[in-house]
Amino acid sequence: MTASTTDPEKAAKGPMLAADGTPLKKSLSRALRVQKLRALALVAPLLIFVLVTFIAPIADMLFRSVENQIVSDTMPRTTKALGDWDGTGLPPEVVFEDAYYDLFVAAERKEHTRLGSRLNYELTGASSLFRKSGRGLDELGEVYQDQFKDLDKNWDEAQPWAEMMGSDDWLAKEAAWEKGERLPKFELRDGVDELLPRTAEQYAAFATFTHNDDRKSLLKEEPWSAVHTALYQDLAANDYSGYSGPHADMLKAADTLVASPDFQTLPFKDGFGEIDKDWLEPGIWRTLKLYAPKYTSGYFLNSVDMKLTPEGVEARPQNERIYIMLFKRTLFMSLVITCSCILLGYPVAYILSNLPSRTANLLMILVLLPFWTSLLVRTSAWKIMLQQQGVINDVLVWIGLVSDDARLTMINNQFGTIVAMTHILLPFMILPMYSVMSTIPKTYVRAAKSLGATDWTTFWRVYFPQSVPGIGAGSILVFILAIGYYITPEIVGGTTGTFISNRIAYHISTSLNWGLAAALGSILLAVVLLLYWAYDRIVGIDNVKLG
Amino acid sequence: MQDTGTSDAFVAFERVQKSYDGETLVVKDLNLSLPKGEFLTMLGPSGSGKTTCLMMLAGFETATHGEIKLDGKPINNIPPHKRGIGMVFQNYALFPHMTVAENLSFPLEVRKIGKSDREAKVKRALDMVEMGAFGGRRPAQLSGGQQQRIALARALVFEPELVLMDEPLGALDKQLREKMQFEITSLAHQLGITTVYVTHDQTEALTMSDRVAVFNDGRIQQLAPPDILYEEPENSFVAQFIGENNTLEGTVAEINGDRCVVKLDGGEVIDAKPVNVSKVGERTRVSIRPERVEYNKDRLQQGAHTLKAKVLEFIYMGDIFRTRLEVAGNREFVIKTRNAPDQVRLSPGTEIEIGWLPEDCRALDAN
Ligand SMILES: Nc1ncnc2c1ncn2[C@@H]1O[C@H](COP(=O)(O)OP(=O)(O)O)[C@@H](O)[C@H]1O
Ligand SMILES: [Mg+2]
Repeated sequence: MTASTTDPEKAAKGPMLAADGTPLKKSLSRALRVQKLRALALVAPLLIFVLVTFIAPIADMLFRSVENQIVSDTMPRTTKALGDWDGTGLPPEVVFEDAYYDLFVAAERKEHTRLGSRLNYELTGASSLFRKSGRGLDELGEVYQDQFKDLDKNWDEAQPWAEMMGSDDWLAKEAAWEKGERLPKFELRDGVDELLPRTAEQYAAFATFTHNDDRKSLLKEEPWSAVHTALYQDLAANDYSGYSGPHADMLKAADTLVASPDFQTLPFKDGFGEIDKDWLEPGIWRTLKLYAPKYTSGYFLNSVDMKLTPEGVEARPQNERIYIMLFKRTLFMSLVITCSCILLGYPVAYILSNLPSRTANLLMILVLLPFWTSLLVRTSAWKIMLQQQGVINDVLVWIGLVSDDARLTMINNQFGTIVAMTHILLPFMILPMYSVMSTIPKTYVRAAKSLGATDWTTFWRVYFPQSVPGIGAGSILVFILAIGYYITPEIVGGTTGTFISNRIAYHISTSLNWGLAAALGSILLAVVLLLYWAYDRIVGIDNVKLG
Repeated sequence: MQDTGTSDAFVAFERVQKSYDGETLVVKDLNLSLPKGEFLTMLGPSGSGKTTCLMMLAGFETATHGEIKLDGKPINNIPPHKRGIGMVFQNYALFPHMTVAENLSFPLEVRKIGKSDREAKVKRALDMVEMGAFGGRRPAQLSGGQQQRIALARALVFEPELVLMDEPLGALDKQLREKMQFEITSLAHQLGITTVYVTHDQTEALTMSDRVAVFNDGRIQQLAPPDILYEEPENSFVAQFIGENNTLEGTVAEINGDRCVVKLDGGEVIDAKPVNVSKVGERTRVSIRPERVEYNKDRLQQGAHTLKAKVLEFIYMGDIFRTRLEVAGNREFVIKTRNAPDQVRLSPGTEIEIGWLPEDCRALDAN
């Protein structure tokens, strides 16, 4: 039954109207919308701030941990050609040809070294191979460039090339160009891309580079040797006796030269082999094929001590596995730190919450005092305290507990990290505990005692259960802070006390492997969220109180 | 101060003093004893030291001086959990992380009572407060009145001989409070337990108690059954504090045994019963209950002194009429008359004459 059938009066009158005659619903929602917009405007600065400084970096990190566009961006033709290769033995000549043209442009743009560094994460030696090839590729093209130049030195001049490849329109504009103005966009002459397809493509790439990167006129710049290589390939493939465009004689002569048995050629594969014989090993080509996709799971596999191989995913050799161990250590030490914070912080919070508020506030300053000193100073202080010639060892030797030649190693190891971090994170445990405990009414304790419970039973059965939310809040706070801590383990951790975060920092600032750093960071984030979820399931997140 | 004698007393405070700060005495020289099975109420304004007395008895505060005895034995050095005293707190203090049944079972568990015994006792206690169906609930899922019942059941479940209650009904609404007042007293009498009950609500004190101890300023002002307390207040604090009361100030002109004449400050003369005055010329404050004031001349004794009064306000209150008068300069003089068919309704502005039986008008101390 609908409202209209049960309420004839309402149906007859139609919707309720506001004083100005608009339907009540509409004017209500308009009034509410204004309120909502005003509220939104108030929080907008914060919202934008959070989005920009928190959400966006996390999104960026997640993206970087799988992003791998550098390979296909730098070597577009090669990665496409490698798709048809079955991955056994060496790839066919056509792959070498594509790699030549791709790398030639990349080398001119100085992008080949970046790709080299990227591939070096997966295959050691890739970085130097790419750097070396940047220089070597010129020599390959010069085989053809020199022969054409010897035939007619116009082949090494800017003007004839421009006239042969560019349209008349563009030529006129290019000739009228003066320094400081915008260079006219290069246009191919009609039909030249059908006539000389490879040459046209390479010349266009050269033109784009000269215009955009060098900012020079094509009438002044002679093309690079990749264009000559392409010209040789075109001339060898087709017959140009019928050509009648600009510089027809020049082209016909070159065509004849290429057809003659004296003309020297160098297959691309051999050219690469001359640059470095590593190019004749399947390893680099397989790696290229493996990392050709725009997105890769490689960084994540790396983060869990695995690697991507053409045969599939496999574990790294024993001596290269470090990340799983580091994750385990980070979790273990964070747990130990959290537990020591609970053990040390609980009595303090308990005493504070049972003192009159004036005394409690005074003592609270002592708890907060560490916050007033720099983190570095506090950590360094522990170094002085715990080192072999430090205060604690001196005292132990002095009272004779430890002999002078057997001083304890308490710093630059796990012990040192745990001690220093427990100290630094303790306030984060005490504060939530204190604020929860001070809301537990004293009458509960009195009630328990009046019911006959001893002090211990009262504490354990009545007080403690009610203070658990404080422990929960403090533990979550300390654990999450500990798991991502960086400075303290870096200073006092030595080699056995460092955390995963130290490794992340290393990849960000030293090895510059940001993808791996992002993958490690994402895993850390996932672990924290997982623990949070587990905590919610076991203890219940509504059981966490910060006051 | 009346005392039942400390020899057969179940609970006894002997010359107890208490100071928190070493400067002021919160409890000054408290002497109090109650026999087994009595329902005693400590009544007094906020801050008069009632809770402190209760806490000393329960063992949560120590007496600065004096002795507290339970069943003849001094308990000053017995820790609270060994005193076996049941307590009901104002905010109930039900443990929020335990169910109702667990709350009730707690005192039995700490007494190492077996499981089946425990369950039987919990069930009996819950049935006693008519909450048998609520054993599985958490305290937060109960209404205020229900929590109150559970708190009561918990204080009684381990069968203490003495139960202390500190303003247990303070948080309830009026109707519920009245119902609980009745239930608490009938339970206490039925089980024969001794009860010390603290409240600042005089109606509550009067309706529930066997005896009431009126506290003020760290002392017991009067200790008496409710009717005596109401009808025969021993000093002007008690007269003011209990029930509604009219006061007039003056000096004692004559004393003849249990009759005296008081000359009011305006020159009028009235009859009174000397309670707290001993000699002629002393300042006094006389107190008359509003319902004992008479304006119908026929009902007054021959030769009784009367006073002129002017009606200021007439309030119809259903069962009674409440009339505000100006008497001897006091504009807050109130009389109450029963709403009966023959009762006159005095209209404002009327001049009347009022009087009372001399024994209803008590000449008390002037402060
Ligand atoms: N723990 C305490 N510390 C110091 N002073 C207290 C404490 N408890 C009560 N007092 C003081 O003792 C006086 C009596 O308090 P209390 O016994 O609670 O009175 P009541 O229960 O009659 O309202 C008050 O003035 C109060 O301020
Ligand atoms: Mg009190």
